[in-house]
Amino acid sequence: MSSSAVDKFFPSPITLLTEDERMIKESVRKWAIKDLKPRLQEMETNECIYPSVIQKLFENGYMSMEINEKYGGIGTNFTSACIAIQEISRIDPSVALMVDVHNTLVVNMIRFWGSDYLKDKYLPKLAKDSVSSFCLSEANAGSDAFSMKTQAYRSSDNLFTINGTKSWITNAKEAEVLIVFCNVNPSEGYKGITAFVVDTDTEGVNIGVREKKLGLKASSTCQIVFDNVIVDASQMLGELGKGYEYCIKILNEGRIGIASQQIGIAKGCFDVVMPYLNEREQFGMKLADMPSLQQQYAQAATELYAAEVMMLNACRLKENGLPFVKEAAMSKLFASQVSEKICSQSIEWMGAVGYSTDYKVEKFFRDCKVGSIYEGSSNIQRQTIAKIMKSEYSH
Amino acid sequence: MKILVGVKRVVDYAVKVRVGANGVELKNVKMSMNPFCEIATEAAVRLKENKAANVSEVVAVSVGPKQCQDTLRTALAMGCDRAIHVKTDLRGDYMELQSDSVAKIFQKIVEEKEQNTDLVLLGKQSIDSDCGQVGPMLAGFLNYPQATFAANIDLDGDGLKVERETDSGTETIKIPSLPAVITCDLRLNEPRYATLPNIMKAKKKKIDTIDANDLGVDLTAKNKVLEVYEPPPRKEGIVVEDVDELIAKLKNEAGLLQ
Repeated sequence: MSSSAVDKFFPSPITLLTEDERMIKESVRKWAIKDLKPRLQEMETNECIYPSVIQKLFENGYMSMEINEKYGGIGTNFTSACIAIQEISRIDPSVALMVDVHNTLVVNMIRFWGSDYLKDKYLPKLAKDSVSSFCLSEANAGSDAFSMKTQAYRSSDNLFTINGTKSWITNAKEAEVLIVFCNVNPSEGYKGITAFVVDTDTEGVNIGVREKKLGLKASSTCQIVFDNVIVDASQMLGELGKGYEYCIKILNEGRIGIASQQIGIAKGCFDVVMPYLNEREQFGMKLADMPSLQQQYAQAATELYAAEVMMLNACRLKENGLPFVKEAAMSKLFASQVSEKICSQSIEWMGAVGYSTDYKVEKFFRDCKVGSIYEGSSNIQRQTIAKIMKSEYSH
Repeated sequence: MKILVGVKRVVDYAVKVRVGANGVELKNVKMSMNPFCEIATEAAVRLKENKAANVSEVVAVSVGPKQCQDTLRTALAMGCDRAIHVKTDLRGDYMELQSDSVAKIFQKIVEEKEQNTDLVLLGKQSIDSDCGQVGPMLAGFLNYPQATFAANIDLDGDGLKVERETDSGTETIKIPSLPAVITCDLRLNEPRYATLPNIMKAKKKKIDTIDANDLGVDLTAKNKVLEVYEPPPRKEGIVVEDVDELIAKLKNEAGLLQ
């Protein structure tokens, strides 16, 4: 921890947002209620995010939160991106996921490690109209990501040829730009892993069929097959063999975005369930007045508040240049647990109505489950936390 | 055309207000732009976007405490070009600062600071005091023509054609030439939300601050508020068995039917 970072930091309530952040939060909320909510059920049924919605995501600046203004982006901070993800998730977690992957993984990798050539080539279109995907997982490389089999071999001085199959790729149907992790030197193990920026329309890139999923149905998830895909060496993202390092770093912060999505889901549940409890009467009293239910929703709200404070604190640690890896892992782990619990309880509190599709609480329940799986499963988060704890206590 | 648009900071429409010792409780209450002022802002920005209206600039004006800058920031993010903050810590919900003082502040701004204003767009009323007086008073002080409760505004030669809400439908009137004052009603438009690119652009727009005391306007309240109280809670209704019972009750108890 550098002393200058500490000096610059003025302690203030962690839930206090800047004026920009407050305006962004309100703006996203208004859009989500006005434009997104009416399309929610249709997009769920048709299993797609409408192009008109995607267009609005770009026009409204939600896809270019941290892209510098000179590339046509908004040029705001990481916290704002998380706030936007949370507010969208409160209405539709599928759309929030599209925004999350694009902003916190793909755009930021190019911002952090891309050459000027890659920045000039990709940041303007990622800000304007190109959705993107982050291609890391493979059928046999999930939590054990660096055992990946996708290879890139140098076919000539300036060309690489990519072969392999990536699985569970979010945004695959809509994406025009991919970040693909490949091993350039399998004999060196993870030290051969290298990231490339690949256009989806490159010859040999084949997008597979949509996975049928429990939740996040509007969000596309597909296999992508790379069959002798030839890319120029200038498409290499950062340095040769540094892919694993970039990957760990970007996922360390990206998971704060997932925490935001999970918190948004839990808030979305409360938005539905609390008015219902205030209205529904049984045994001659409102459900919200029943002591047994009060105990439960007060407990749930407390846990949600803790999850949100953890998420915001992870954002602020990162923005202040302080260590945040443990806190980000804790934030994602806890947010996914709290969200799953609140979704499940919300259904119980609403009874049969909660179990029906009409009130969308069952949708939140299905949508949130993946929070304990993607961008590092809960066990991987705990492993990260444990590793750091161990080192903190070893002398 | 240069447009001045008034934006008032009021208790958010969704807040359930509480009454304290000094009227409606304002501490720790969410404040937002008055919804009718949002409509006025939207109307101004749409006129600006309409090339035929040839709008040179839209200036947002807010009277109130320093937090009014947030409200002005929203107006700028919606598309106003610059803003004027008339600073006063007097309460704007009729308890201290009242309509005639606000109208006179606007008069001063039009006459002394923004002389070439062609159109003043205001909400038809603010949702805190519900007076609906600033627009008509301002038109009177300035000796400008006015159209209140606007439901539609169209360009018409050198002037404007305004459709007005009335109790029995709408009426359309013509303002032959500008300058003029228009107050905006609910159905005029659906205000946009500020997009992120515009929120960022708004940061570079200018907000001038004027102390309300420096304008030479009498800010004292002319009317005294005697009491503020919450409406009595509604009595619980009853469930009737059938239509016959309902009609009997309306006839015999409510006296609504004969």
